[in-house]
Amino acid sequence: MSQTGTDYLHAVAASDYKYGFVTDIEADTAPKGFNEDVIRLISAKKEEPEWMLAWRLKAFRYALSLIEDKSRYPRWAHLTYPDIDFQDISYYSAPNKKPKYESLDEVDPKLLETFERLGISLEEQKRLAGVAVDVVMDSVSVHTTFKEQLAELGIIFCSFGEAVQNHPELVQKYMGSVVPYTDNFYAALNSAVFSDGSFCYIPKGVRCPMELSTYFRINQAGTGQFERTLIIAEEGSYVSYLEGCTAPMRDENQLHAAVVEIIAHKDAEVKYSTIQNWYPGDAEGRGGVYNFVTKRGLCEGDGSKISWTQLETGSAITWKYPSVILKGDHSVGEFYSVAFTKGRQQADTGTKMIHIGKHTKSTIISKGISAGQSQNSYRGLVKINKNAHHARNFSQCDSMLLGDRCGAHTFPYIEINNHTAQVEHEATTTKVGEDQIFYCNQRGISEEDAIKLIVSGFAQEILAKLPMEFAVEARKLLSIELEGSVG
Amino acid sequence: MALLDIKNLHARVEETGMNILKGVNLTINPGEVHAIMGPNGSGKSTLASVLAGREDYEVTEGEVLYKGQDLLEMEPDERAREGVFLAFQYPVALPGVSMSNFLKQAVNSMREHRGLDELSAGDFLKLMREKAQLVHLDPSFLRRAVNEGFSGGEKKRNEIFQMAMLDPTLAILDETDSGLDIDALRIVADGVNKMRAPDRAFLVITHYQRLLDYIVPDIVHVMVDGRIVKSGDKTLALELEEKGYDWIREETVAA
Ligand SMILES: Nc1ncnc2c1ncn2[C@@H]1O[C@H](COP(=O)(O)OP(=O)(O)OP(=O)(O)O)[C@@H](O)[C@H]1O
Ligand SMILES: [Mg+2]
Repeated sequence: MSQTGTDYLHAVAASDYKYGFVTDIEADTAPKGFNEDVIRLISAKKEEPEWMLAWRLKAFRYALSLIEDKSRYPRWAHLTYPDIDFQDISYYSAPNKKPKYESLDEVDPKLLETFERLGISLEEQKRLAGVAVDVVMDSVSVHTTFKEQLAELGIIFCSFGEAVQNHPELVQKYMGSVVPYTDNFYAALNSAVFSDGSFCYIPKGVRCPMELSTYFRINQAGTGQFERTLIIAEEGSYVSYLEGCTAPMRDENQLHAAVVEIIAHKDAEVKYSTIQNWYPGDAEGRGGVYNFVTKRGLCEGDGSKISWTQLETGSAITWKYPSVILKGDHSVGEFYSVAFTKGRQQADTGTKMIHIGKHTKSTIISKGISAGQSQNSYRGLVKINKNAHHARNFSQCDSMLLGDRCGAHTFPYIEINNHTAQVEHEATTTKVGEDQIFYCNQRGISEEDAIKLIVSGFAQEILAKLPMEFAVEARKLLSIELEGSVG
Repeated sequence: MALLDIKNLHARVEETGMNILKGVNLTINPGEVHAIMGPNGSGKSTLASVLAGREDYEVTEGEVLYKGQDLLEMEPDERAREGVFLAFQYPVALPGVSMSNFLKQAVNSMREHRGLDELSAGDFLKLMREKAQLVHLDPSFLRRAVNEGFSGGEKKRNEIFQMAMLDPTLAILDETDSGLDIDALRIVADGVNKMRAPDRAFLVITHYQRLLDYIVPDIVHVMVDGRIVKSGDKTLALELEEKGYDWIREETVAA
């Protein structure tokens, strides 16, 4: 017997297959249903070690217990959608290697027009739309130099699947340490069935010299339905991480549940920026993506810092609260957000800042823009624990209403258990003023352009925090999204 | 042909139906500078607003021809692109919208209307710097949000700066002199004077004869209770300064 321990365990786990497991392992898509067989299929497809499968199964059992107990099914005051039948979904489909189309001519011209206006290159348009792409030597070499440069610094930046294979000790140590699968239903669901995602490790004292973008990640298999991201910043390191893309993302999968975990050790800083533009559905909201995301960072070490910056424009439903646990003394958490909703979109976003360490500091600036018949809610929690002496928080939630059929709501929750805390909260609601529009008109600017200007001015403070190029794209995106959404 | 021809213009506040303009007649030719003076509440700003197309007012009678065309038929932004500029009595703040972004949009929509290409980033910056100098505005000012946190005087200078950027055919200045210190008044007036041209006309609304020492008008009008009741040369302004408006009211009633 030359089997190693792990191989043996794997074999034992695999042996279960012959009982309930009937699915053809070569199939590209798992049959509908949320059951143990599917979890095993996913794990087997990805040739995962036993510990990974075991973890998935634990999460699976927890998630299943919640599905079966309707009283624990997550529901929120300001989101309305039909209960999802979790047994009616397929939880695995192989990375789409086959192009959906042979040429750009077959792609929805409206989508192409948007790409064009966002300034996305032809090759990139093809990639995004799922058109067959010739091997572009250029981009291959860019990727290679990029990877070499990172490797020299000891930075690991790869798919989550690769990390499970090549860096099991790191994954085992950190996965679920910030967002345990018991955190909420969608975290449990993701932990059970996650397809892939990104992994990023910055060694001690290293300042990552470039923005790490999922866009450049090698072996990217398209944005998955159940993505998982893990970012670890060792002592004194720094990284700026970008996720998402301004290009409109269509997906036949309606349910999306991602998990992002960040760990910042002593004096480390992680800046996480994202643009979310999933398909919001038709005018009635049909067919849009339901986006339930759990993002959380842990400021583990003293003096560490985590900041979230986001522009949310897509999805039929968004449920997302990037949070920071401020454990280290003098650690800093930031949340900067612009959420734009129109049509029948519903967004419930916000953050949680949990102050545990002394002299911890958090800043929350949230800007909600609602148009059409959309509903845009901010939901935030600032919690100051008993020992968090001299903790400080500043929160500002501004809402802008375009028209009178939309809604903006603010739910700030504050829990203070230490009397030395300083917490400030400001909230405003504005409408685009007639006099502002007239002022612009008088300078030759049309009503639509005036509204775009005024709205982007409203969001400017946040957009300016995005990395340069991302900010330019974000502005363009916001401006395109605003078209025809007013009145 | 007159540049602007206002005939028997009546307008009221849309919401309340209150009549404000009660038969205004005024003809302005290219190259001329007209001043309008008159007591508070007589309708000067309302006239400016109606000319610029503010929707709070409803024209109930009369007509306005601009370059021979029916001005009242045009949308406010169209009027602006056709060369009607209003320096606001109370300029509006646009939080987060930088001056340069705002003006880029404005200048380019004007250029598009005139069949010109968009200005390159470099040319635009050059133009802004040049025009900012005209009213002694610090270039750092161009990075600030439009009228946000501007002092009263800065707001007024900013209006004249924008006028210079947009190169209008008819410029209406609504109390641009109020709130300016003596030096700023001279700077603004100099700016306006530099822009005087044979094909451009000005309509200057003011309460103070002092401004008209610097910007010398061809004709001075007095508006009382929604009508232009007296017109004359620049000496009329001096007379008003000295005697106030009561004598004109009396004259009007007597007439
Ligand atoms: N939108 C409005 N709603 C209600 N009343 C208005 C409105 N606009 C103007 N008025 C009224 O119409 C009258 C004329 O106002 P206007 O601002 O035109 O006066 P003005 O001559 O510019 O005065 P001032 O010298 O004080 O600037 C005033 O009584 C004013 O209160
Ligand atoms: Mg006035």
